[in-house]
Amino acid sequence: MPELPAELAVSLWRGGAQGRYETYRVPRRDSQTVLDVVTYVQRHIDPTLSYRFACRVGMCGSCAMTVNGRPRWTCRTHVAKVAGSGTLEIGPLENLPVIKDLATDMAPFFEKWRQAKGAFAPSRTRTDPMPRIRPDSPARIAADAAIECINCGVCYAACDTVRWNADYLGPAALNRTWTLVNDERDAGNAARLQAVAAAGGCHACHSHQSCQEHCPLSLNPTASIAGLKRRTALAYLKGELKP
Amino acid sequence: MTIARHLKHRTGTLWLAALVHRLSGLALAIFLPLHFLALGLAVGDAARLDGFLRWTDQPLVKLSEVLLVFLLTVHLLGGLRVLVIENFDWRDGQKQLATLAATVSALVALFFLVRVF
Amino acid sequence: MNVRLYVWQRATAALMVPLAAVHLAVIFYATRQGFSAAEILARTRGSVAWGTYYALFVAAVSIHAAIGVRNVLAEWSPLSERRAGRLAIAFGVLLAALGFRAVAAVVL
Repeated sequence: MPELPAELAVSLWRGGAQGRYETYRVPRRDSQTVLDVVTYVQRHIDPTLSYRFACRVGMCGSCAMTVNGRPRWTCRTHVAKVAGSGTLEIGPLENLPVIKDLATDMAPFFEKWRQAKGAFAPSRTRTDPMPRIRPDSPARIAADAAIECINCGVCYAACDTVRWNADYLGPAALNRTWTLVNDERDAGNAARLQAVAAAGGCHACHSHQSCQEHCPLSLNPTASIAGLKRRTALAYLKGELKP
Repeated sequence: MTIARHLKHRTGTLWLAALVHRLSGLALAIFLPLHFLALGLAVGDAARLDGFLRWTDQPLVKLSEVLLVFLLTVHLLGGLRVLVIENFDWRDGQKQLATLAATVSALVALFFLVRVF
Repeated sequence: MNVRLYVWQRATAALMVPLAAVHLAVIFYATRQGFSAAEILARTRGSVAWGTYYALFVAAVSIHAAIGVRNVLAEWSPLSERRAGRLAIAFGVLLAALGFRAVAAVVL
């Protein structure tokens, strides 16, 4: 890998939906992450820069931004890996309204999570015996494969179908719904399948797999959505759904 | 933000496969009414259809036919890959499968090219 | 795209996998043989088998292409889903009309 220059030329998005990229010169450091770069600009060059982060160690997903065209966690992106010839272009996550600079409004993302009925619907009370869930049952294996999502929004930002279809619930919301569809304790599947069988639901997915390619946790929403397609198609053919 | 910025990370194999699938479908959809109209020339007697068939002997038309064979095959194989994703358990290696579909389609079209010229 | 459109589009797609494969084989065979119109029609005229096969193919492709076009219009053009749907239906009807006419032309 060619040596990076001692100084990086970093373009950061400034403004809201209307705005422009502004370039800053940031000193190169060993093991520098993109989040380090953004933080340097805000602390030493321009305190008016707005950006979001929390844990800094790849656990919370708050620092997701568009880096050289790809949505990623900036705290887990080493500059050496992406800065090519010493230049970086950093913008807010795509497919979401921009509040200011590098911070987006995540409300539409979570609203679609709600629309996809991505919340657990209990079937028992505290007085009922606890259900015994076998971890090796096919349903639990399917749910566990998708359960680690921390709702960082990277898949949503990477998805072309989200960009083309304002109604599309998106990979994260549908992935969450899939985990609940496979949860034996859950009682909300009728409403859930109805929600994802409507326009903008799982059938809008074209299996581009951008979600799976970009997910920092290597989850596979494409597979989850394929599962939802099977479940809803079956329910529809059995007459359980009214599209 | 310009289109160029949006397209920056759209260089993956699977994104390209999806684009080829969509564009081949559109091309076939545009071609089909023309195809049906040509076949409709057979209404009545064979002479008009014959005239048309002789027109298709031109090299440029034959090349378009090769392209159509490619479009049909790539749309068919790409669609088959999606049908498998949607109806069977997940299998990894989708990039390889997509590349295989495109390669086989190109070979089929090449085979047609060789036979028809 | 909802579950109903999805089921119709995927079902016609699955149906057309063997139909299109046969059609490709026919294309290869017929162009190699260099059939004239009379030779083609001698094989298709009066054939219940070819008539059924192509009628099925036309029906399936009209539905499949219409739904596909609907998706493309809804996603890539400024048209609303409802407008896209109506245009798509018109396109599907056109395909079916021209297609069945073509089948009739070569089979009857």
